[in-house]
Amino acid sequence: MSQNKLLEVKNLQTEFPYDKNKTVAAIHHISFFMEEGEVLGLVGESGCGKSVTALSVMGLIANSNGLITEGEIYFKGQNLLTLDKRQRRQIRGGAMSMIFQEPMSSLNPAMRIDKQIMEAIRLHTDLDKDQARALTRKLLVMVGIPDPDRVMKNYPHQLSGGMSQRVMIALAMSCQPQLLIADEPTTALDVTIQAQILELLRDIQKEKNTGILLITHDLGVVAEMCDRVIVMYAGEIVEAANCQELFQTPLHPYTQGLIASVPKLGSGRTSLPWIPGSVPDLLSMPEACRFAPRCPYATDKCRAEKPELEEKAPGHQARCWYSDANLPAQA
Amino acid sequence: MNHFLEVKHVSKKFPAGKDLFGRTNRFVHAVNDISFTVRQGETFSLVGESGCGKSTTGRLIDRLLEPDEGEILFQGQRIDQLNQQDMRPLRREIQMIFQDPAGSLNPRMTVGDLIAEPLIIHNPQMAPEDRTREVHKLMQVVGISPKNAGRYPHEFSGGQKQRIGIARALSVKPQLIIADEPVSALDVSIQAQVLHLLQRLQEQLDLTYIFISHDLSVVEMISDRIAVMYLGFILELADKDKLFAHPSHPYTQALISAVPIPDPEQKPERIFLQGEIPSALNLPQGCPFASRCPKCMDRCKQERPVLQEIEPGHALACFLFEEAACPSKS
Repeated sequence: MSQNKLLEVKNLQTEFPYDKNKTVAAIHHISFFMEEGEVLGLVGESGCGKSVTALSVMGLIANSNGLITEGEIYFKGQNLLTLDKRQRRQIRGGAMSMIFQEPMSSLNPAMRIDKQIMEAIRLHTDLDKDQARALTRKLLVMVGIPDPDRVMKNYPHQLSGGMSQRVMIALAMSCQPQLLIADEPTTALDVTIQAQILELLRDIQKEKNTGILLITHDLGVVAEMCDRVIVMYAGEIVEAANCQELFQTPLHPYTQGLIASVPKLGSGRTSLPWIPGSVPDLLSMPEACRFAPRCPYATDKCRAEKPELEEKAPGHQARCWYSDANLPAQA
Repeated sequence: MNHFLEVKHVSKKFPAGKDLFGRTNRFVHAVNDISFTVRQGETFSLVGESGCGKSTTGRLIDRLLEPDEGEILFQGQRIDQLNQQDMRPLRREIQMIFQDPAGSLNPRMTVGDLIAEPLIIHNPQMAPEDRTREVHKLMQVVGISPKNAGRYPHEFSGGQKQRIGIARALSVKPQLIIADEPVSALDVSIQAQVLHLLQRLQEQLDLTYIFISHDLSVVEMISDRIAVMYLGFILELADKDKLFAHPSHPYTQALISAVPIPDPEQKPERIFLQGEIPSALNLPQGCPFASRCPKCMDRCKQERPVLQEIEPGHALACFLFEEAACPSKS
């Protein structure tokens, strides 16, 4: 495998137990890569497998009872799935860290902010207590906390949602990760606070050249933040492209429908197109194309044979039998 | 002529703390002296960030809460002081749709029973077979097959559950529907479906909506008039076109600029607000937005601006407008 890729996921499949002798695959043969310092967006609607992908990469999927049944995850050329628990723990929170949707519930409510951050620092470095404390303060200043000395002595419930997310980012950045996985980092925040947090993530990415895997359902956030985008649907990748190209010439009918259904401020429109139907059940996935039952262009071929994710244009992949130019007439 | 709905100088505070002797001495001032009118057949939106009092306002109008001060008039009748019994016939006229469709449906009742429940309460003499027919008709109206009447809420997706909630609200033929973040919990592709349903029903049934949302792009799509709330105050109230074409309050301007645009070609000129929303426990003496306002003047910290009309169909609570109108004062 290539050495310059920050992250390379190959054929990843993660399953969850359903009953005694049955499992369901939440993600199905996922393959993608990330360059160093790249902001990669992972978008899709609820249940499409974007968070399962992130937790699988992070090595936290076992905590939610999931099991990686197939595939490989290379982080800087090293297959993470062959490492033992201790080696994984060294990487997690160190070179690879994560922030979550609900900052409030991801911080320990019974522990002061300074302790939580210092704990992470001391676990991954050999700084002594005073050095760790000094670094903690520096991190809090970096994430734009106006009164770091006070906040260090606070407990999480004393902070607002935006402040807690800043603390989470400080914690995630404490060991200078090369990969930051951000799972819906601003979804629980108000829009004016969201703007502040996105700005902060962008600054950090530029300054430290941290690769960010940004998981979100909000195409506005994607358009603003990402270099490249992966679109997921029903546990599979359906399209991957450069951000601008994805918004300008989306190739997969699902991506097209998704972009069209987003209300756009200032458009003056009073109605929007939408995708009919809803996401298929994990237990009864269509055998062929998973989007076919909702696709306006679906043909008999789509309902009979499964399309592979293939390169339609340089750097632009889509999982569809047709490409933009030869889409059949709407059914 | 009477207005359809009139809210006059309404305030609501919630007890938040007690002193040594058990007397309440601290209050969360959720809604502060707000006034507006809603016209029949329009969609009036309340928009703002968490804690701005938009949901409390909705609950006050539906009389799930009682105002501490002020008057609420529905079709000329004061409803803020009615007791439960006198309020009951009015509850048929005013219905609510909630954000979390799963949490607002009883999981142990079938969908048919859920939709029939309001009919049983408000129209007890209706014959059971008529009621079943009505339930099936309602299900068709909101786009759920009547075949599914015997199924339970968990068997439906989020969008379908919201449709069931809408069918429940419609069952008693209300005139006013208060929709509190009705599409916030739904995926975007589903959001558009439910918004379209709400618009279609409004046309067909001549409904009036009070639409409560934090999402400006959704609000822009569905509203006729919009009130921007902050810390329990209305800062700006305008026709939709005027609000988005000439947002005049610095908060409205910042709010609109903060919405991410789903187009990588367009980079918004963003106004970053410093700091966070002040606590509703201790309201600032002056303008509620003064602590975060990029254009804050000395006067803003001392005096509270009142909402006043700056052009027909556009009201604003900000001193900047006065300063601009008569610059000699500054």
